[in-house]
Amino acid sequence: MDWLTTVDHKKIGILYLIAGGFFFLVGGLEAILIRIQLWKPQNDFVGADTYNELLTMHGTTMIFLAAMPVIFALMNAVIPLQIGARDVAFPFVNSLGFWTFLFGGILLNVSWIVGDVPDAGWTAYAPLAGSTYSNDHGMDYYVLGLQIAGIGTLIGGINFLVTIINMRAPGMTFMRMPMFTWSAFITSALILFAFPALTVGLAALMFDRLFEANFFDPSAGGNAVLWEHIFWIFGHPEVYILILPAFGIISEVISTFSRKRLFGYSSMVFATILIGFLGFMVWAHHMFTTGLGPVANALFSIATMLIAVPTGIKIFNWLFTMWGGSISFKSPNLFAVGFIPTFVMGGVTGVMLAAAPADFQYHDSYFVVAHFHYVIVGGLVLGLFSGVHYWWPKMFGRILNEGLAQLTFWTFFIGFHLTFFVQHFLGLMGMPRRIWQYLDGLGFNEMNLISTIGALLMGLGTIIFLINVVVTSVKPKNAPADPWEDGRTLEWTIPSPPPEYNFAQTPLVRGYDAYWKEKQDGHSGMTPAEPLGPIHMPSPSILPFFMGLGFFIAGFGFMYAPDWGHFLGTDLTVGHAIGIVGLLMVLICMLLRSVIDDHGFHIEEDEIKRDLGGKA
Amino acid sequence: MMNRWQYFKRLAPLMAIMALVLAACGREDLSTLNPQGPVAEEQFDLMVTAIVIMSLVIVVVFAICLYVIIRFRRRKGDKSIPKQVEGSHKLEIVWTVIPIILLIILGVPTVQSVFNLAKDYSNDPDAVKVIVTSHQYWWEFEYPELGIKTAQELVIPTGKTIWIEAKTADVLHSFWIPSLAGKIDTNPGGNTNYMYFSAPKEGVYLGKCAELCGPSHGLMDFKVKSVDPASFDRWATAIKEPVALPSDPAIAEVFESKCLTCHAVGAFGGPAFPNLTGIGSRESVAGILVNVEADDKQYEHEDTVYNNLYKWIKDPEAVKPGNLMSNQYDLTDEEIEGIAQYLSELTLDFEQ
Repeated sequence: MDWLTTVDHKKIGILYLIAGGFFFLVGGLEAILIRIQLWKPQNDFVGADTYNELLTMHGTTMIFLAAMPVIFALMNAVIPLQIGARDVAFPFVNSLGFWTFLFGGILLNVSWIVGDVPDAGWTAYAPLAGSTYSNDHGMDYYVLGLQIAGIGTLIGGINFLVTIINMRAPGMTFMRMPMFTWSAFITSALILFAFPALTVGLAALMFDRLFEANFFDPSAGGNAVLWEHIFWIFGHPEVYILILPAFGIISEVISTFSRKRLFGYSSMVFATILIGFLGFMVWAHHMFTTGLGPVANALFSIATMLIAVPTGIKIFNWLFTMWGGSISFKSPNLFAVGFIPTFVMGGVTGVMLAAAPADFQYHDSYFVVAHFHYVIVGGLVLGLFSGVHYWWPKMFGRILNEGLAQLTFWTFFIGFHLTFFVQHFLGLMGMPRRIWQYLDGLGFNEMNLISTIGALLMGLGTIIFLINVVVTSVKPKNAPADPWEDGRTLEWTIPSPPPEYNFAQTPLVRGYDAYWKEKQDGHSGMTPAEPLGPIHMPSPSILPFFMGLGFFIAGFGFMYAPDWGHFLGTDLTVGHAIGIVGLLMVLICMLLRSVIDDHGFHIEEDEIKRDLGGKA
Repeated sequence: MMNRWQYFKRLAPLMAIMALVLAACGREDLSTLNPQGPVAEEQFDLMVTAIVIMSLVIVVVFAICLYVIIRFRRRKGDKSIPKQVEGSHKLEIVWTVIPIILLIILGVPTVQSVFNLAKDYSNDPDAVKVIVTSHQYWWEFEYPELGIKTAQELVIPTGKTIWIEAKTADVLHSFWIPSLAGKIDTNPGGNTNYMYFSAPKEGVYLGKCAELCGPSHGLMDFKVKSVDPASFDRWATAIKEPVALPSDPAIAEVFESKCLTCHAVGAFGGPAFPNLTGIGSRESVAGILVNVEADDKQYEHEDTVYNNLYKWIKDPEAVKPGNLMSNQYDLTDEEIEGIAQYLSELTLDFEQ
């Protein structure tokens, strides 16, 4: 019950991690089924329909239900601690964000149980995704599940923007913020601008599907290319929404385990902002073959290539952070160091794809599959593994088993390169992506087999990680406040896991890498910026859970409105009635939230002193 | 100017080696690394330039990375604190400027090529114009100037520029012949796309659909058959000649009532689905069942024309799931045999 009502950012972070981890397994299982289907030519392991369902759900799940939530998990667990805050700006909204994400994700995956699974690709290109060509409920699940989950992401992003702008500890100027906080800040800004575009697109597609509108139906005056623009003007920033937090994690981890401050901090900040900005300017590079004409193709080619410049700055700054350092290869750093060359390989193929005439060949081939998996798995997932291992002690009070963690890294890392490196060549040799079968004798057989073996190894790596989690969770909670001993930022100044209120006294920040600076000046902890006193805390609430549930019920009802009969002989269908009940549930919760005057509660000075005494 | 030339001269042997290594990859009729026409060659050159530049970048980054992680690993019990360096403007400017230079080297030919590949041949009297219409899961090729409509196999004269007008009858598809030219999407509605390519050498090139279009997306193959101009002219004449219906009146009757409601042969039948004129001399049935002589059968998807036709008519769903021919007719085994026999003999003799 505590977990259903919590508004504590640390617990919500853990909820995000569990849910995101679960969906990561679901998406991973889908990936393995895809790879099993492709291990030999003309395999019949799954049917053609099932294959398209698998590839659609794999993409959608991994992007929206696995990667984003795990990023949110780390942001929730770490950002308030890094900036010296007691919680996020709007704890209630934070909890609402989690529950809408979870119910949206569940709604999407209910499709597997029902048997009508989305099958038009994660990009849902019209008209294939429209009701003419996808006339079961599969794409309805996509449209409604993602809309509900998208609410959670959008309000989460806004919450972090407000938190980072308003709740930094005294002395923490923008140019003293840790890199992870910076990247979370830019990511949140991208979410704020990109997700409304997705919402608009999904709403329009929903109108096409459920109410027979014609936004994307060319036979009735709509335009299929319009969907591509709307999708990618969201979709390209989305890529940076995913990768920027990984950049932030890598910056933190490499600096900590090299015992050195980040090389070129201000250029790192500048590069992050520039990448965020350029991320919005390049969406049409996904559409070079759509036929936008040479002027658009040339402009978007050059704009896309430009992103390599700030990214390159980051790569070299990381390398020179390690240069002259004292590098320890504990598991978090192992993932971080593995990230650098891997991400560079994903980055250079990105520049190659930016050259439009060459992209006429690469586009929708396995070369693209290799490229974006190098960026998203080799970049983001390695980054997330690094961050999860790094902050695990802070989140749970236990350090993950180092041996198992190293084993996870090596199996996953080797499996990853085995899976995706050969796919570059498959693409160049003419294998299109998203194909259910390939013919024998085309020269694709061996490389596909290697790729499948690699995928199984990655699966093994993930299983080892899960074993590690179980093994670790039965051990006592004895992680010290600064388990890596070289912690540089504020989160390492408080106990692991932190008390509900995080900081007994808000710290005074005197420079970049605040904790490191205090340690170098011979202090054991931060100088407090305020006297000890009672701390005001928000009350837990069950309303966010029911609001998420309400959206879930509403989505389900509207989807099936045409199938189920009428409600007690009236004009109203049963589906619409259920939908209205769901929306009413949301509205009633909103009303309750408005009229109930909840002032929260205080944690008294005595209790805080007891906590402090217990630790000393 | 002199300096840039020097730079290219130094890069040239590296590019030559790279081109050789890459050209060894993949089948001649399929691989983008083994270009068989000027358009694919232009794209391949750009790819090689990019691969050379990117390989240089990777080598530099990997070298620094390896050096750093070996040279600066923490020794056991090392408690020393390294010097806390803020950064270096000089270095940071170096690794901002160098990538910009590399991007200019790649960007200039990119823009040139973008405009070069967008050339308009619609008014060129020498170009062969073809309207490509994609369907779930087959390709229709119309030669408006010759008054020919055929399917699945694009016959072209060697050396001539082929001017493609691409559109779709249903969902998005993408027209791709890896070894001859990059792809162009086929959009529904008024968004017609254009591209051109040519094949100097005779041969059969494999074409693919590159945009997810439904269950049989991966099976939506076609062939481009490049023949000498004289053969092409013979083909254009032969395909317009009258075609006889099956000689057996029973089979002819079934063929007319069950097949010709959708398909066309010669002057008979409807245009809604693939035109069958000359189907017996095509390289494959349904794009993926490759026709070979009985003794040459090597792979599961290869067989004689007759066997392939039989297999396809008997159970299209097993060959191409989700296609619109499945369950549209009811034929006895004898009728299927008769029709397959008739179609396998429906050939066009045009190659020298």
